[in-house]
Amino acid sequence: MEPAGLNAFLLLGALMFVCGAVCMATKRNAIGVLMGVELVLNGANINFVAFSYFNPVFRIEGQVFALFVIVMAAAEAAIALAIVLNFYNNHSSVDVDTAEELKG
Amino acid sequence: MTVPFSTIPEAAQNHWLWAIVSVNVLMGFMLASAIFFVWLERKVSGRIQDRLGPTRVGGKYGWLQTIADGIKLLCKEDSIPGAADQFLFRVAPYFAICGTFVAFLALPFGNGIVGRELGIAVFFMLAVLSSEVFSVILAGYGSGSKWALFGGIREAAQVVSYEVPRAICVLIPVIVAGTLNLTEAVGQQGGFFWNWYIFHDPFTFIAFWVFFICGTSSCKRAPFDLAEAESELVAGFHTEYSGFRWLLFFMAEYGSMFAISGIAAALFMGGWHTGLLPWDPAVKLNELMGWPGAILGNLINVPVFILKGWGGVFVMMWVRWTLPRLRIDQVMMTCLKYLLPISCFLLIAICLWQLVIDKLEWQVGGVTLSVPGLWKYGSALTCVMLIILWVLKLLRTRGVSPPGVTGWADKAPVMAGTMVGVK
Amino acid sequence: MSLQPFLFYTVAALTGLSAIMVVVTQNIVRAAAWLLFSLAGTAGIYFLLGSDFIGATQLIVYVGGTLVLVVFGVMLTAQGPFVNLKTGAGEWAMSLIVGVALYTTLAVSTLVTAWPTSTEESRLRDERSSTNVALLGQALMGVKEATPQGMVPGVNNVVRVQMSYLLPFEIVSVHLLVVLIGAAYLARAKRRAHRLPGVTN
Repeated sequence: MEPAGLNAFLLLGALMFVCGAVCMATKRNAIGVLMGVELVLNGANINFVAFSYFNPVFRIEGQVFALFVIVMAAAEAAIALAIVLNFYNNHSSVDVDTAEELKG
Repeated sequence: MTVPFSTIPEAAQNHWLWAIVSVNVLMGFMLASAIFFVWLERKVSGRIQDRLGPTRVGGKYGWLQTIADGIKLLCKEDSIPGAADQFLFRVAPYFAICGTFVAFLALPFGNGIVGRELGIAVFFMLAVLSSEVFSVILAGYGSGSKWALFGGIREAAQVVSYEVPRAICVLIPVIVAGTLNLTEAVGQQGGFFWNWYIFHDPFTFIAFWVFFICGTSSCKRAPFDLAEAESELVAGFHTEYSGFRWLLFFMAEYGSMFAISGIAAALFMGGWHTGLLPWDPAVKLNELMGWPGAILGNLINVPVFILKGWGGVFVMMWVRWTLPRLRIDQVMMTCLKYLLPISCFLLIAICLWQLVIDKLEWQVGGVTLSVPGLWKYGSALTCVMLIILWVLKLLRTRGVSPPGVTGWADKAPVMAGTMVGVK
Repeated sequence: MSLQPFLFYTVAALTGLSAIMVVVTQNIVRAAAWLLFSLAGTAGIYFLLGSDFIGATQLIVYVGGTLVLVVFGVMLTAQGPFVNLKTGAGEWAMSLIVGVALYTTLAVSTLVTAWPTSTEESRLRDERSSTNVALLGQALMGVKEATPQGMVPGVNNVVRVQMSYLLPFEIVSVHLLVVLIGAAYLARAKRRAHRLPGVTN
């Protein structure tokens, strides 16, 4: 078998991205939506690192960008969880369908 | 000094057969170490508690006690609580053992004797050891019992908090070494024992002790063992585990203890160097005889490293059976209010040392005195003298109680029927 | 190498399957466990692609940090035995249709495009198969090479200018500090509101 090429890695990244997007769309638990966001960011990161490996011109840039994405995703997860905890303290529920006070 | 070295030829290292061989050897070593540690723990705990420990199975010293324990654990009933989450309960122990074992892949046992030489060896080890916390959470939640859940959550908070000063304290010798590669970092500590990084400057000295404390805590060992506090939570996160699943948790704990001691030995205590020879035997014999000489030289290096690792584990066991357990708020306070500011201060100080103080030197009557040299030799010789004095004191007072303490045999016999303290 | 495709397909299958299971499973703690496998599999992909440092960072930040945070959030927002919040069948159908359409779009555009990849000579020029961490550190510190290597593919006589990432590095550091303070303030202990869901004041 020949080694896995760039397309294989990109397809895997696309699969993770789509799973994350569907997760964001279907989960009713706010923390489930957060998990979808993590999947999306990881799918994009796989693409970055795959490009950095298969094209040595971008060897450093791909990895630096992936590093920044990882760090920013961790920061965003922390803030999102703090917001979810606040929401839970006020509504006693993490169901995103109950977050409709600003509706209309 | 470091010579680009590979005891195993480069072509062989990339072959898939080497991967299988090295994984099997490392797994065998980890399991054999675990067997030894179980026996050692029971003997050490026994002696500290003024009793003998196992003495029946396998002769006078109970060598085969661990085998008996292992057979018992294998034959136990595999019971899973009814309220347990079936998938998570089963998966958690395997996560623990994987997290511990993968760290062994990057640990250099000798000069060129490493499962896979990584440019980021110590960072990789810390990263993999930090994934063990999830096994605790899954075990605690998946057991379906509130004691396990409490133990798991407290344990997760503790381990995650202590990872921060642990990583900062690992950074300090890495700054001195200039590389994350453990083989190179140990190679720079060659020669006599005053070249070890623990004697390099006062900040690495303090960093060693802080790292050891943080490492003990992140292995969930006493005095930070709230996750398994027998007197409080039955057995914490592994309350509902029995038999082989519990054995996996136990082996993971001993494996991570050895991994932490291995990192401490490699970064601070000179790794595989004996400290008593002016050169590395593997390098010297490699120059003389080539590749077989490297193997022969490593026959000295590998046992030295293993003994240093085992010594660290012995100290952890010694501390466990000596000190009382800390409460969870004391544990978190120690980390966040004491160890974290200390390690941040050490990080700044080591940068100052490397940039400024390292270069200070002055001439006194034809001899060059430099601050790093003075500290190096001075602290090494002071430590050696203190150890010699302590050993002499131990030998002198062997078998003699301190004044004022009477043993149980000195008390007058109490007559049956009399109540002590009642006139 | 005959090992690389075997390893890649194993790790990719694990990662993809775990990502799908995150979407499918109803229990939120099991979803966190599947997310753990998928993130650990992603770290394996990074190691396969020679990015040791990024793989180790992924493990220590995501698996050892963010996921623990997520599970703590799940525990803190639980109401009794975990109430499974179920999604309606209509929403599932619509999401799946959109998901499949999105994946088809991405896959087709990936396979159709002729990505400029390296030739064998430039790959063999790197002696070690994994990236040197020192290069990454130098890029983040803003140390520039005197003679940057590597040509922009497809264009002659253009030499790549090495970028310095010192400014984004500093911005990210300050950003993390701000996030730390902000999250600690947002999540500070307050009195719990004693309200039943659905009852408005």
